Amino acid sequence: MKLTEKELEIVEILEQDARTKVVDIAKMVNISVNEAEALIKKLEENNVIVQYSSIVDWSKISGHEGVTAMIDVKVTPKRGVGFDEIAERIYRFKEVKALYLMSGAYDLSVIVEGKSMNEVANFVSQKLSTLDSVLSTTTHFILKKYKHDGTIFEKGEKDKRIVVSP
Amino acid sequence: MKQTKTYLSKTVEELKPSGIRRFFDLAAGMEGVISLGVGEPDFVTSWSVREAAILSLEQGYTSYTANAGLLELREEIAAYMENSFGLQYSASNEMIVTVGASQALDIALRAVVDPGDEVIVIEPSFVSYIPLVNLAGGKGVAVQTKKENDFKVTPAELEEVITHRTKAIILCSPNNPTGTMLNEQDLEAIATVAKNHDLVIISDEIYAELSYDEKFVSFAAIEEMRERTILISGFSKGFAMTGWRLGFVCAPKELTEAMLKIHQYAMMCAPTMAQFAAIEALKHGNEDVNGMRKSYRRRRNYFVQSLNEIGLECHTPGGAFYAFPSIERTGLTSEQFAERLLVEEKVAVVPGNVFGQSGEGHIRCSYASSMEQLQESIKRMKRFLERQF
Ligand SMILES: Cc1ncc(COP(=O)(O)O)c(C=O)c1O
Repeated sequence: MKLTEKELEIVEILEQDARTKVVDIAKMVNISVNEAEALIKKLEENNVIVQYSSIVDWSKISGHEGVTAMIDVKVTPKRGVGFDEIAERIYRFKEVKALYLMSGAYDLSVIVEGKSMNEVANFVSQKLSTLDSVLSTTTHFILKKYKHDGTIFEKGEKDKRIVVSP
Repeated sequence: MKQTKTYLSKTVEELKPSGIRRFFDLAAGMEGVISLGVGEPDFVTSWSVREAAILSLEQGYTSYTANAGLLELREEIAAYMENSFGLQYSASNEMIVTVGASQALDIALRAVVDPGDEVIVIEPSFVSYIPLVNLAGGKGVAVQTKKENDFKVTPAELEEVITHRTKAIILCSPNNPTGTMLNEQDLEAIATVAKNHDLVIISDEIYAELSYDEKFVSFAAIEEMRERTILISGFSKGFAMTGWRLGFVCAPKELTEAMLKIHQYAMMCAPTMAQFAAIEALKHGNEDVNGMRKSYRRRRNYFVQSLNEIGLECHTPGGAFYAFPSIERTGLTSEQFAERLLVEEKVAVVPGNVFGQSGEGHIRCSYASSMEQLQESIKRMKRFLERQF
């Protein structure tokens, strides 16, 4: 889908802050509110804007238990469907938060979230590695998230400018 | 006991302190102020640029550079001026790396002004021009522009103040404080005047990267103007590098040589680590600059439209990051308005009169602030206006 300049701007604004109000978006890109609403609807319907969600720093929430692992998976692709079929089998698991086809030493990068290392380990050994086309898996647990989807988790830098200047 | 004051030169004694200073003092002591009074980007210099400076320090580049600046940087500037604005300046003898555009202005004026020479400053204007002309021994002559003309100077207005002592005109486009950008036609009209009276044009193009609707045209690109133009620019605004104190000046060889004489005695060279940072900014900073420009443009659109909605009439500025709305309908002077807005609603703006007589009746609001701050400031200004007027 080819986007117009205005549509592209709307996508950029919403990607930065999904809560930007339509009236403000309309002003920012210099169109009417109705027009902005229509464009956003169109972007949603075409699945350009897939979903609105928040970036949460779960480590801030005491009592929260959770681990994230990145698993490198080697698979044998199937004639006719390549990697798509095995990818679909994997991403349908609710434990799988993200899945990418990679170039390089392995084929699929699977991001898995679980309550504990044990839970993730069980998922890998019972669900993932037992799939027919999976040749091998290497699991890396994430120890700390510094930056996620372009957002730095620590508080942003303070405005250090002097209050009035020429 | 002798009064210390008697030590002061007449020139300095006659310099007026900037009206901005007073507002700074007022606002600086207050809590919870949203400041739209800031004349610099709200972006921190991009990390790759900061990292390049750190690397230069680690490698021990802590000595002076050539007076005119690192040759590598000048070559990058030459390429940048060519690619971005279609201008050709020789890295070896037509440019000097300076301590901000501020120092570039200073050496430009000192290179062309003799005692008593007049330099025309188009108001509303950046606050430093007239004091710098005076410090160079010249006489700053203000010419007033009109809101109806988007604060663009007309040839007739210029002709009115030109005398046989007039040596130069300082241009600033995109403009601080009005945000007005001069297009090719506007520049051509000024060029005709400059040619007829054989004037030097000091063209402050520090905001050239921040133009939002039309392509920026440099005065030096106007036919036959290069030879009489001293082009001033720098890294402060477009590259978000105010604190690095790095700018540059481009001019024909003879003028550059003259400025270099002043520069070598008065400054030696611009800060070395900042020069290394600037090399990185020019080599790889293009995408960052584009991103910042886009972001300012959105905020400009939002802010200017909102100002008009709450009843502060404001033309759409073509560049820089200032809106310059009229507050005439309130019946207040710009100082009264700014002071009351600060005290009652804790929004700091700069009263237009500090930029010259024709700035009266206006306030300068910088929209280089986060969207949340801009939204909140609009809310407060709306409340302020509804309460009083
Ligand atoms: C029009 C204009 N010229 C020059 C300067 C000074 O810039 P620099 O930081 O490069 O000295 C400014 C900064 O506010 C400005 O607005």
